[in-house]
Amino acid sequence: MGTKAMGLFLLGLIRLLTGAQARWYGCPPKAEQRIYFANHQSHADLVLIWAALPSELRSITRPIAAKDYWTASPLKQWITTGVFNAVYVERERKGDEDPLQPLIDALESGDSLIIFPEGTRGFEDEPQAFKSGLYNLTQRFPEVVLVPAWIHNVQRVIPKGEVIPVPVLCSVTFGTPVQLGEGEPRGEFLTRARNAVVELRDV
Amino acid sequence: MTSFLRSLSANQQVSLLFVLLFGFLTLASATLLVLSMRDRPQDDAQAPKHGLRLKDYQGLVRTSWLMALVFWLGWAAGPGVATALFGMVSFFVLREFISLSPTRRGDHRSLLLVFFIVLPLQYLLVWTERFDLFTVFIPVYVFLAIPTAGALGNDPQHFLARNAKLQWGIMVCVYGMSHVPALLLLDFPQSPGRSAFLVFFLVLVVQTAMMVQHIVSRYRGQAVAPAVSASFNWYGWGAGVLAGGLLGAALAGFTPFKPLPAMAMAMVASVSGSFGHLVMKAIKRDRGVTHWGPAGSSITGASGLLDRVDALCFAAPVFFHSVRWNFNL
Repeated sequence: MGTKAMGLFLLGLIRLLTGAQARWYGCPPKAEQRIYFANHQSHADLVLIWAALPSELRSITRPIAAKDYWTASPLKQWITTGVFNAVYVERERKGDEDPLQPLIDALESGDSLIIFPEGTRGFEDEPQAFKSGLYNLTQRFPEVVLVPAWIHNVQRVIPKGEVIPVPVLCSVTFGTPVQLGEGEPRGEFLTRARNAVVELRDV
Repeated sequence: MTSFLRSLSANQQVSLLFVLLFGFLTLASATLLVLSMRDRPQDDAQAPKHGLRLKDYQGLVRTSWLMALVFWLGWAAGPGVATALFGMVSFFVLREFISLSPTRRGDHRSLLLVFFIVLPLQYLLVWTERFDLFTVFIPVYVFLAIPTAGALGNDPQHFLARNAKLQWGIMVCVYGMSHVPALLLLDFPQSPGRSAFLVFFLVLVVQTAMMVQHIVSRYRGQAVAPAVSASFNWYGWGAGVLAGGLLGAALAGFTPFKPLPAMAMAMVASVSGSFGHLVMKAIKRDRGVTHWGPAGSSITGASGLLDRVDALCFAAPVFFHSVRWNFNL
């Protein structure tokens, strides 16, 4: 009940501030198992892409949240678990545990995911090089559709170090799905995936 | 006709106006529905253009419905609600303006100031009828406060240009727009309760002038400033202003003015509205788009509300102040 109200409140707030427009280029919004991968420039990215998805897809799509940041306070933890149904990942590798394990569990149970393959937020216009997580996941789950996405403008809503967001229209552009080629090397695939994201900037 | 109108109470007149307005909109919607079901022209070159134009009209009718509903709500629920509604329209158009005017990280505080302090304060001043302060609040105090916040942000790059952008945004989207609900609060001692018409009067006159100008300039005349607007020419402009003036004279029965002053007022509003629209076109060209909405730059997801109300934003303050001075209000 509380989480549902919070979800609606957040949705309204995000729409009021940013419009949270979804633009489907290259693929329609469809309830198949997908991994959406996008550029990462702001903490609001996760929230924005969540809000831009149609409500039927929102309930089966889980964003990835950095464990240390999003569990730092009870409120953040409550929102990410209750409202976003997020999958927590460790940013620092600890012991032998595979950092991808929570993602693998989620994919095995049939959920779709939203991931940011740059790992951390970038401050430049161009995204940084992609980390190998995307490659490992698609190797293991070849049937899951990989959808690139570009998030526009969101870094203007809350620049680093600011607390209060300003209203600026933002949008998320979803592109043509990417597939891992037969025997394609990791580096090549990651560059191709990154280019697919960057190309959406000018659509 | 005029004497019949004057014999009605102010409230009855507004009701009549709304019946007419909603009737007209229903008619327009029905016409578009029929047009959209009709066969498309077979000529391939014409088909997409035809569809686009139809879509354009559909958008126009949708906005008109929305605006009419906003006016109706504002009238039915009183000036407080009307002020709040126009405050929201202001918020949305300012959001469109800012989204297409690149700001830098150093502008964040200024933007917060604009959206969350200046905008509500301006509408609060309207609502509480502090007309003297409301007239100077933005051009005097805010225009000093914005660059100060910017300077404290410690980023001198393009400082003047960035502040000019912000100040223009406020001037058009907040200052101009806030004069529309202010008209509702003007108090005419000779004819109480009639200020509600002034909003309709202004909107109808300005929209008519813009529409006539748009249609006439499509068929006649040479573009005056083709780099800014391919359609603006003196022929269409004159026709628009004249049409606005004539409509103003015809509507005089609804207003506190006699027909001739009503015509003059309507022409003042039409002139400032059409020039304002041209100015906004120049700003859009500078940004490299033709519309604030999806047709120009779909990237932002703007709906192009600013394109629809920009003439009004320029006409409202000029109209408001000339009414006040002419009638010593």
